[in-house]
Formats: sequence, C-alpha cells, structure tokens
Amino acid sequence: MKVGVVTFPGSLDDVDAQRAVRLAGAEPVALWHGDHDLRSVDAVVLPGGFSYGDYLRCGAIARFAPVMTEVVAAAHGGMPVLGICNGFQILCESHLLPGALIRNDHRKFVCRDQRLRIDNAATAWTSSYEAGDEIVVPLKNGEGGFVADEFTLDLLEGEGRVVARYLDDNPNGSLRDIAGITNERGNVVGLMPHPEHAVEDLCGPGTDGLGFFTSVLSALVK
Amino acid sequence: MARVVVDVMPKPEILDPQGKAVHGALDRLGFGGVADVRQGKRFELEVEGEITEERLAEIRNIAETLLSNPVIEDYAVRVDESVSAEGGAA
Repeated sequence: MKVGVVTFPGSLDDVDAQRAVRLAGAEPVALWHGDHDLRSVDAVVLPGGFSYGDYLRCGAIARFAPVMTEVVAAAHGGMPVLGICNGFQILCESHLLPGALIRNDHRKFVCRDQRLRIDNAATAWTSSYEAGDEIVVPLKNGEGGFVADEFTLDLLEGEGRVVARYLDDNPNGSLRDIAGITNERGNVVGLMPHPEHAVEDLCGPGTDGLGFFTSVLSALVK
Repeated sequence: MARVVVDVMPKPEILDPQGKAVHGALDRLGFGGVADVRQGKRFELEVEGEITEERLAEIRNIAETLLSNPVIEDYAVRVDESVSAEGGAA
C-alpha cells in the first residue's frame, strides 16, 4: 500500500507525514509539486507548511502546481486525499472541499496540543475512530479560521460532513468549531490540526493521530 | 501597453482580522473619526496591446481564478486611464 506525500516549495511537515504513513504500516512515497505523476500511489497526503510562501493566499499558488492536476483528478475518481493545515487550505482553494481558511480571529499564531472530537468516523481517513472519540493532537496555524456561508455550513452539518470539531476553546475563530470536513464521497478530508505529529509516544502529546493513517489502509483494503 | 487594476476585498460578511488590527493601531496613535478599516489587495496588470472587451473578460477570468477567492473575496476590474498608450504615466 503506497501513500504519496506531496512536497511543495515551503512544505514543512512532509517528512513527519511520511513517517506517520510508515508507522501506520504503509509505504510512503515522496511526490514532487512540479511532476505530473502520482507514482502509482493509492492515496495522497498534502502536508502542512507554507507552500510558495503563502503568497497571494494560503494554498492559492499550490493549487495550480502540476501535481495538483493529477491529485484533483484522482480525488474525483475516489482516491483518498488528506490535506493537513496548509494541505486543507490547498483542498479548499482547489474546490475539492467547500469554504475557506482565513486569518485567526485573534490575529496570533497558535501552537498547542488541541482536544478534538471526531464527528464522522466513516471517511477514508477516520474509520479507525468511533464517532464521538476525543483525541489530542498538535495544532499550529496562523490562518486556520474555517469560514463558509450559512447554507454551506448547514449542508456540511446536515450531511454529517464535519469530520472533527474543536473542544474547549475555539483556537482560531472557525465557524461552528469546525476543525475538519470531508467531501460528499468521504474520500477527501481536510483537517487544520496535525495528526502526523501525534503518532509516537517519544514526542508529541501521544499517539491519537495515528488513526488517520491506519484508517486509510483499511479504506484501501476494502 | 495599458494598465488594468484589479482590486480584491474581503466580502463584507467575512471577518477581516488585518483590517481590525489596522483600525486598532489608528486608535492607539490618536487618529480619531475612523469607524472601520478593511484591508484588501490591489493588482496592477500591464497588458500588451489594445484593451478590448475580450481582453477584459480574460482579466476578469484571471481575477476570479487566481487573484481572488470568490468564497471570501470580491474583486473589481478597471482600466487605469492615467497610463498612456505609450506606457508612460500621464
């Protein structure tokens, strides 16, 4: 089972994401933003960071990277795609997910261990959890405020497409405490917090994040 | 050459933390009488050849595809008449 991790200029968490994939039992494959090639992977992770320096808008330039043409086509075909932080921003800019991420309402960069509730455990990336599970993973963002119009928010809630919600304090002003969402099909997930930083006991707040990466393995076996 | 200006602004209903920060700074500096500040972006496109309706339609497409995110931003396209056909500022 091969899971590709895209490196854009300015990606930061690509190596951690590769490591999380390996710890979950899959083979990580490095993908390059400038290639029109997914190297026969079965799933793709768009990692966190500041692709293209976050110029223009977060994710706005990365959306048009050559590799994204392939990622968007594969996502429409049902391939599991997980966007973490900057990857979530890229998925929204690519219109694979609705809404957008804007600057944190309090205007400060936030970096902390964040409690989340998994609301949808039926996506390709969350099936290792149970709905209602509470997990702790690191969160670090300056532009993590999820926004969408009321119609879209109601649609997301009505269709159970809110994947994870912030517990305790809302860290960035995200509407309805939304930390992550999925598409209609459940193969594309965008998440602002960082499960790839919570996969080993040695560092980070625990191993609560590993489930995202084991989930996709069972999704691919099905 | 002609200059086409694209202004991009956060939609009125979208929170604009940067504008709020600027507004707060005005207060601290003692500049009164400003009720609100919203911060956007201005793009100046130096366009080759004549500005036609077709070219403007293309630039609107650029504004909608790349320069703005229609989910959170509005854009406005206008030709800057102060730039002469020879390319120098009037």
